[in-house]
Amino acid sequence: MIQADGLTKLFGHKRAVDGISFSVARGEVLGFLGPNGAGKSTTMRMITGFLPPSAGRVAVGGFDLTDQPLPAKRLIGYLPENAPAYTDMTVWGFLNFAAEIRGLRGAAKTRAVNGVVEMCFLESVRHQSIETLSKGYRHRTCFAQSIIHDPDVLVLDEPTDGLDPNQKHEVRGLIRRMGATKAIIFSTHILEEVDAVCTRAIIIDRGKIVANGTPAELRQKSDMAGAVTLRVSGVAAAAVSARLHQIPQARRVAVLEEINGVVAVCVHPKPNVADGELPRAVGEAAQGWRIQQLQVEEGRLDEVFRSLTLPETVDQKTGVGSRKSEVGGRKSE
Amino acid sequence: MNALANIKTIARRELGAYFASPLAYVFIVIFLLLCGFFTFMVGTRMGTFFEHGQASLDTFFIWHPWFYLFLVPAVGMRLWAEERRVGTLELLLTMPITSWQAIAGKFLASWLFLALALALTFPLVITVNYLGRPENGVIFCGYVGSWLMAGAYLAVSGITSAMTRSQVVSFIVSVVLCLFLLLAGFSPVIQFLSGWASPVVVQAVAACSVITHFENFQKGVLDSRDVIFFLSLIGFSLFTTAVILRGHRK
Repeated sequence: MIQADGLTKLFGHKRAVDGISFSVARGEVLGFLGPNGAGKSTTMRMITGFLPPSAGRVAVGGFDLTDQPLPAKRLIGYLPENAPAYTDMTVWGFLNFAAEIRGLRGAAKTRAVNGVVEMCFLESVRHQSIETLSKGYRHRTCFAQSIIHDPDVLVLDEPTDGLDPNQKHEVRGLIRRMGATKAIIFSTHILEEVDAVCTRAIIIDRGKIVANGTPAELRQKSDMAGAVTLRVSGVAAAAVSARLHQIPQARRVAVLEEINGVVAVCVHPKPNVADGELPRAVGEAAQGWRIQQLQVEEGRLDEVFRSLTLPETVDQKTGVGSRKSEVGGRKSE
Repeated sequence: MNALANIKTIARRELGAYFASPLAYVFIVIFLLLCGFFTFMVGTRMGTFFEHGQASLDTFFIWHPWFYLFLVPAVGMRLWAEERRVGTLELLLTMPITSWQAIAGKFLASWLFLALALALTFPLVITVNYLGRPENGVIFCGYVGSWLMAGAYLAVSGITSAMTRSQVVSFIVSVVLCLFLLLAGFSPVIQFLSGWASPVVVQAVAACSVITHFENFQKGVLDSRDVIFFLSLIGFSLFTTAVILRGHRK
């Protein structure tokens, strides 16, 4: 449904988006990740036809946004960053306006407005002026506007930004449900959202795609992917480390901590080691020790994110638990 | 058909926005107060409405270019500046409409609003008809001219509004631009110019003036040249607005 080829946007001499190509099919939810200023919003603005690309092309439903903007825009529902809305209107008036400009009239319009009011839990503020709404409600009003015409393509720029945890949960559920029948692309700073919602994720940095795959595939890129952490007691750290170094499948062994006689170590696999081989080998090596815990790490998205977007400062020592789970703060245009 | 429906939807939303804020009411009240005061208390060189001793609205229309100088930019300043500041411009321009439909819809809404304010001066027409036997054709002509002139000012304010996020900046710049349109035909300016410039230049500058064109309407002369002047000023300004809006998205 969405097809971007070599999408590029120049602001003066700055390449905000630099030759991005990807496609999103119906039934896919594509997560767009990247640090602030990586070009996420600019890319979305080009997909929705707000900004014309400096080079490359983008088509929605087969309609090029530059040559045939109107049929393309009819297919798109768009939630811009910061969820703007006409503050002097009521929720009801605003949604009716959105429905009308999408060509809905009469009974179809009423049905559409009632539908999104219910879906986005706006019943209680239906006749309230948007100016007086709290941020969460305002956000959901703008979200309601984007799905009012039941679009085939949804472009959501930080759809959960500024929502409380319950609202985040609701919105994620909504995106996942709608993702079954639509092509959805959404941007986020929150990595757990990728796992919760996406079928595929793209990480972009400085205008370029640095990773593109399912959340599981992306996690595989992590230094921690497939690593085994082991906690044993009654042995000295040096002894544990020495014995684990003998394992042929181990690339690296790192002692994480030693507290109250409990030693925690992390064993990283060599490339191309089959699944399950390393934990079995570690288990065999640990014969005779008192094992408190033996765990296979799945790999961490935040680590992948950091290593791809901040290659020069990444900490190669893989301290477990030392990483923050959220990257970046709020973006201020 | 579809285009007209879109323009109508946008215009209706925009008109609603005027009345949702105090702006509309403040504007109408001030406009009517100014009209009343200047017509009855200040008037023209010939005296006020009553001293004039004529059944005409000359003392009313003669002030319109000056009222509009301040009032119309106040109506036009929010047209695009507010959309850009709040971010709704992105919403509006990603809807399945052309930017022309958005520009036309918003312009028509504010022009209709000015028509409403103008229409609310109807008691003057009743008064003058009660007191004497005015030429209602001339009065009608004056109203048409006044509305066209308001539209021209409004379209110019639309340009400045599209240029900035700040309504204040938009207001000040459009007042200056409108002042130029006004002063170009003002007799002291023309006298000053004719002292050193060639008559062609003087004529060209005077032809840009809203006053010279509006005067014909006041006399009851509905000249196609005057109508075309105002309509082309509106058309040019709306086109410039479109260019500026496209420039922001580059």
